Amino acid sequence: MSTASGTNSGASKPASTRAKPANKAEAAADWVDGRLGIYSLAKANLRKIFPDHWSFMLGEICLYSFIIIILTGVYLTLFFKPSMAETVYHGSYLPLNGIRMSEAYASTVNISFEVRGGLLIRQIHHWAALVFVAAMFVHMMRVFFTGAFRKPREINWLFGFLLLCLGFFDGFFGYSLPDDLLSGTGIRFMEGAILAVPIVGTYIQMFLFGGEFPGTDIIPRFFTIHVLLIPGIMLGLLVAHLILVFYHKHTQWAGPGKTEKNVVGMPLMPVYMAKAGGFFFLVFGIIAAMSAIATINPVWAYGPYRPDQVSTDAQPDWYMGFAEGLIRFMPGWEISVWGGHTLNLGVFIPLMIFPLVLVAIAVYPFIESWVTGDKREHHILDRPRNAPVRTALGAAWISLYLVLLAGGGNDLIATHLHMSINTITYFVRVGFFVVPVITFFVTKRWCLGLQRRDKDKVLHGRESGIIKRLPHGEFVEVHTPLSQADLHTLTSHEQPEPLELPAETDENGVARKAGVVAKTRTKLSEGFYGEGNQIAKPTSEEYLEITSGHGHH
Amino acid sequence: MSHDMSENLPEAHGASHGTEVVTHDDPFADPGLPAHEPRRTDIDERAAKRAERQVSLMFVVSMLATVGFIASYASIDADKLVYIFPLGKVSALNFALGMTLGVALFCIGAGAVHWARTLMSDHELPAERHPIEASDEVRNDVIEQFKTGAAESGFGRRKMIRNTLIGSMALVPLSGVVLLRDLGPLPEDKLMHTGWAEAKPAEPIRLVNMNTDQPMKPEDIIQGSLTFAKPHGLEESDEDFQQQIAKDALMLVRIAPEDIKDAKSRDKGFEGILAYSKICTHVGCPISLYEQQTHHALCPCHQSTFDLADGARVIFGPAGHPLPQLKITTDEQGFLVATGDFDEPVGPSYWERKR
Repeated sequence: MSTASGTNSGASKPASTRAKPANKAEAAADWVDGRLGIYSLAKANLRKIFPDHWSFMLGEICLYSFIIIILTGVYLTLFFKPSMAETVYHGSYLPLNGIRMSEAYASTVNISFEVRGGLLIRQIHHWAALVFVAAMFVHMMRVFFTGAFRKPREINWLFGFLLLCLGFFDGFFGYSLPDDLLSGTGIRFMEGAILAVPIVGTYIQMFLFGGEFPGTDIIPRFFTIHVLLIPGIMLGLLVAHLILVFYHKHTQWAGPGKTEKNVVGMPLMPVYMAKAGGFFFLVFGIIAAMSAIATINPVWAYGPYRPDQVSTDAQPDWYMGFAEGLIRFMPGWEISVWGGHTLNLGVFIPLMIFPLVLVAIAVYPFIESWVTGDKREHHILDRPRNAPVRTALGAAWISLYLVLLAGGGNDLIATHLHMSINTITYFVRVGFFVVPVITFFVTKRWCLGLQRRDKDKVLHGRESGIIKRLPHGEFVEVHTPLSQADLHTLTSHEQPEPLELPAETDENGVARKAGVVAKTRTKLSEGFYGEGNQIAKPTSEEYLEITSGHGHH
Repeated sequence: MSHDMSENLPEAHGASHGTEVVTHDDPFADPGLPAHEPRRTDIDERAAKRAERQVSLMFVVSMLATVGFIASYASIDADKLVYIFPLGKVSALNFALGMTLGVALFCIGAGAVHWARTLMSDHELPAERHPIEASDEVRNDVIEQFKTGAAESGFGRRKMIRNTLIGSMALVPLSGVVLLRDLGPLPEDKLMHTGWAEAKPAEPIRLVNMNTDQPMKPEDIIQGSLTFAKPHGLEESDEDFQQQIAKDALMLVRIAPEDIKDAKSRDKGFEGILAYSKICTHVGCPISLYEQQTHHALCPCHQSTFDLADGARVIFGPAGHPLPQLKITTDEQGFLVATGDFDEPVGPSYWERKR
């Protein structure tokens, strides 16, 4: 730790020990440093090294779309009226002329047609929200499949997970605010789901809606949650997330000169200031162009919400599609318990699986570190193929998500592909259990195959495509040996040994039974790293034997 | 790297692997950071100048686009439509504003990234990592400090202070919880009945066609049709219309009496006219798709399918029980009326609902 002004030892004369600043800018910086201590902050960070890889910018997309959402959201609040008071529309959008609607809906239509540029900002806001959640998903996948969540980054993984969940819900609340036919249907769905909660369901429903559905409170309440409560929490988590990224320093791929003890890349100033700063404008520019080209959520076409009306193809925004799939494929089980009380399992079970699907990703780092028993820090990323079980689990999770997403869009699949909606739903019911399992095994085999290929490449070199005829007539393909840098990169990963159960008897010969937990852990560890779950990487002895022995291959 | 430039490269003549320390005992050993390969702009001043012009050009385009944005804002009418291939007819203002803003932003980004990639140094530098964990010395020192602090506070020794503090801290959030009580009323029996409950055998309530706002006679409802109805007296302008229609909405179908499989359902109807709740028993979407040949009604939200000829039995999808049916008859003038409420609550099921 260095201090800002500690470099000059003769600090007895305050404020004048520092050399005269060379120019106005330095003078200003000195002034700020005297109050905020910026020099010590900048010393560690101004030339901070970040490694370069395309996948490391996925998190930036999240950050930038979040900023775009906040900027456009603030603008929208200047015109949006979060009120369910009734009004009769007399605006410039003639098809709605004379129709009763809430102030929320009327003001949304006005933002779209009366306020110049209002439609653009609304569409940027909505597009950016979709991009935000999508980017968080992909960013999280990158972190998952490369093992970047391992120590010391587990807490940051949880922060990211919370941001994803809050992003889901804030998106849902925002989607609900315009009070159009589609968003009202979404709120109705939420009401039905709340009612399915045993014992307290009706109380939560009454307290949330301020009475019976729909009442007049829900939109103002959602508004506060959407613009203040959730974004406030998210902003806090985001700052914490970024501080930890800086503090931990970024992970990097294996390669020549890269170790667990260093980070190789380019400095924040100037390269990443320009690249990352520029990337904000790229993201913003592309989302603005998307909003110019592609209409999103044309609420004026849906009409105001009425509880007795609905349109077909009612769909939530994509990220809620898996919840929609859960609710659609579930059989309508309703049972009577405790003297005639109704337990609506058909809705309650999906409502419980929904958080479970999410929590599964949240807790994964802790499960893996428990199974491996690994307490070390990891800064070098795994290639997905070198962690076959992890990769297969992740792929299974994604396949489950996609099955549910297809289930949530079963009506669209049915109408667009001319298929029976019943067949699709039955497929989803079976697929929910079967597809992730198949995906798991296929992915694992695939990873092992790629490991074999790497091994082959290391030992025998790269296929050159050149066919050589030997003097005795044999044809061989010439293999080009890899450079030492490539050899190092392909062999630098670790291959953990599976844990072993402690001996059945201790040193005195007394029987010592392993508990269920210890046995499970050993079994899981065997499943992760045991025989057949990873391909032993080539050793330098194998390599030397092959390369020194015979000329060809 | 193009051909004509290659002889300028310092590493062009097989020297690019020069820094690799080939250790013969371990062929997989880390050879260390590879040597820096210069870019064209590093060694050719003309290429660097060209890159500089390209970056500036992008910034200039951005400026022009912002001018275009302001001009579009000022000059294009908000309701003007324009045909743009292949988008079709779109709002001219939205398109112009979005594209100019998009270009203005994108060009700043593209310029900055191009600048970083071509002109800023691309030397890869290593920085050391330090373990996140503190050294044992620091750790023990902190724990010692904490213990001193804790001992000085007397928190562990003065149990009465500790316990009363925990008690007060545990109680104080209760005020916040209590304050939430007025968020809404208690459920009581609010979900149990609908607006039709006001109908009595002596004072029946007429069914009013949702589209025409007129009461209906049995002959107005032809076989195979689907009609939506609400109770007489419920108007769109009513303050609680949304709340009422969320429970009262009816779906009327007429099925040939001999096709009605459920005798109880037939009795609740009138000459084959059956009045079902329009609100799905799954999560409350209004059901609106009716297949007149099979008498199946489908909820468009989650595809619960009900057989209206069989007491609205659930034949597919996630709904847990049939749609409630309203008993209907006609009054002296021959209009369709209800003489009471549904036998069971409408809409999604909930804990207190009796099965």
